[in-house]
Amino acid sequence: MSKIKVVHYLNQFFAQIGGEEMADMEPELREGLIGPGIALQQALGADYEIVATVICGDNYFGSNLEEAQSRILELIKPYSPQLFVAGPAFNAGRYGVACGTIATAVEKEFGIPALTGMYVENPGVEMFKKDLYIIETANSAAGMRKAMPKIATLAKKLINGNEIDLPAEDGYHERGIRVNYFHDKRGSTRAVDMLLQKVKGEEYQTEYPMPFFDRVPPATPIIDMSKAKVAIVSSGGIVPLGNPDRIESSSATKFGKYDVTGMDRMSKDDFISIHGGYDTAYILEDPNLAIPLDVLREMEKEGQIGELANYFYSTTGTGTSVGNAEVFGTEIGKQLLADGVTAVILTST
Amino acid sequence: MKLELGKILIQDVQFGAKTEVVDRTLFVNKEEIIELVLEDDRLIGADVELARPGESVRIAPVKDVIEPRVKVTGGGVLFPGMINKVEQVGSGRTHALVGATVITCGRIVGFQEGLIDMSGPAAKYCPFSETNNVVLVIEPADNLETHDYETAGRLAGLKVAAYIGEAGKNIEPDEVVVYETKPLLEQALQYPDLPKIGYVHMLQSQGLLHDTYYYGVDAKQLVPTFMYPTEIMDGAIVSGNCVAPCDKVTTFHHLNNPIIEDLFARHGKDLNFMGVVLTNENVFLADKDRSSDMTAKLCEFFGFEGVIISEEGYGNPDTDLMMNCQKVSQKGIKVVLITDEFPGRDGKSQSLADTVDEADALVSCGNGNVIINFPPMEKVIGTLDFVETMIGGYEGSLKPDGSIEAELQIVIASTIANGYNKLAARGH
Repeated sequence: MSKIKVVHYLNQFFAQIGGEEMADMEPELREGLIGPGIALQQALGADYEIVATVICGDNYFGSNLEEAQSRILELIKPYSPQLFVAGPAFNAGRYGVACGTIATAVEKEFGIPALTGMYVENPGVEMFKKDLYIIETANSAAGMRKAMPKIATLAKKLINGNEIDLPAEDGYHERGIRVNYFHDKRGSTRAVDMLLQKVKGEEYQTEYPMPFFDRVPPATPIIDMSKAKVAIVSSGGIVPLGNPDRIESSSATKFGKYDVTGMDRMSKDDFISIHGGYDTAYILEDPNLAIPLDVLREMEKEGQIGELANYFYSTTGTGTSVGNAEVFGTEIGKQLLADGVTAVILTST
Repeated sequence: MKLELGKILIQDVQFGAKTEVVDRTLFVNKEEIIELVLEDDRLIGADVELARPGESVRIAPVKDVIEPRVKVTGGGVLFPGMINKVEQVGSGRTHALVGATVITCGRIVGFQEGLIDMSGPAAKYCPFSETNNVVLVIEPADNLETHDYETAGRLAGLKVAAYIGEAGKNIEPDEVVVYETKPLLEQALQYPDLPKIGYVHMLQSQGLLHDTYYYGVDAKQLVPTFMYPTEIMDGAIVSGNCVAPCDKVTTFHHLNNPIIEDLFARHGKDLNFMGVVLTNENVFLADKDRSSDMTAKLCEFFGFEGVIISEEGYGNPDTDLMMNCQKVSQKGIKVVLITDEFPGRDGKSQSLADTVDEADALVSCGNGNVIINFPPMEKVIGTLDFVETMIGGYEGSLKPDGSIEAELQIVIASTIANGYNKLAARGH
């Protein structure tokens, strides 16, 4: 059996090239292993081989983020790696961000397991834990001996497709990914247990620590609506008959942009709702209930609004993850700005 | 109020000349059931199929699941205000055919009816993969309006469950459990040293096929009120909604509310279960404000020291859950919430649509967005025609061989947010 090919990423310091004075060093590749690679190779064992080590100065990486990534990807491509390990970076902030960035890029580009290691306070943990397995390490290189076996163990699990255990067991920073399991007690029994602990003032542990919610401040008001270009964006699942973009009835992964040029109102002969979260009986009869084209066209004629964009954006709100919604919103916003839209009416359902 | 619940264990279901229980086997007369269903001229066709644990059977689209029960003594009749006249229930004696259910299925009403697999890898997510099911396949009249179809289907299920429940009336139960809640002041005095615990029960009432009924009243019209827990065991609350299948609180789950069951199990031992505050999940902010204010007021007035709050559905009702949590907590009452999670298929997004600082004790009933694979089954009861537009399904979900790839939320009651199941989610 041929060995699993591993590429290792290090900064100038860990590659023993130099300290701060060498931090502007551009990416370069060396065949085989260097420095911490010895411990990594040892921990991975005989079935694995570190075929190359990529080195980049922390400052260079930080100041040339795009360039550094693409050059490193080019450098390692000929080696067809099957596993990528960056660092560990311990508590070195710039190095941590570089390790996180390049490991994420490698995982995406080559579709191979990529992991790194950092101390809990390294800013790279917060930035990349959702994208990567980041092994928890000590705050300095003195923790190398302990860190590498943990990195190697988790890497082997990923390579072999084994089930990953809880963060505490496999030694990685919790990624905030919600994974199902079967508890030995049903939920209601656990709720009674937790409530009694809380009432008695004992310690209890919530099963879902509340996440941070991104509150978006409202835009400044428009002083003169008669000059505004208005567009409609809806999460009500209104699409042309036949649902050309195949938008899902729940948990949407895409949005659509649909033309209403020359229309005075939304006709049920042209549009339907594919939304699975509400009773669409009335909107199927009158799609203007969700996309108020009829009223907005009147306001446009009367000059109450400057202009109505001749399209609307649509997706399904129900069950759609915040992650997907953020992507839709950012993209729709860009397109609207590019088209000179100054006001958006978001219709919910 | 005191109820004796006689549990008659059912281990098999068969067709028979007479609907009866013999040695833990439920026999049902197919013709009588069909006749009963077709009394309603909104339904032009009905069939009865049986589905038992371990069989290679898939049922879809499932509308409701009901446990057959019968009032033996005490006032009132089952499902008051729905298929029977309005009269208070919750006292005397009731018999339940435990291990048997009536399932209604047939052409889809909305988008939000679900699947049940009786075997295979998806079976472990559904409580009804383990019960002996009498499945009612209904066919609506041509052009029957959606809401009328929902009503007809709902009433058909309740009528059949009550009809089958009659078979348990004169059977000696395998077990009799006594549940009692005294009037408030007496209940407080019964266990003066134990913490007074209440249950805030949020009923799905977003409307437009997302409805629940309390003694026949549409829950949208409710203001929060007090209930003796045993009223619920006699069918005072009935599901009438097509909420996402995974967290639908079926009528079965109202009859067998696990929070009530578990609070009674500890009643007099380490807590004093005082009763249920019933509230709703309306979509208008004014209604949310009013209901959460009144919920907190009632919890305070009843002297609760701690409450469990459960919700039905996700998204919009998360706001009601959080408003209730905040306002009840602000009365100095300790709160634990039960919910399920929808963090996206990658599990990385926020699991809930809303939060408050007071939401610091939460029980998870699992992540409904996880994609699972359903192998083909030998028999389909109902139809798979709607799988790709059902909640949890998507284009390409249904494969040519009859297998399905879909989000877990397509499975009935798989992540039900009252803690009936053992499924939970945790952070990786």
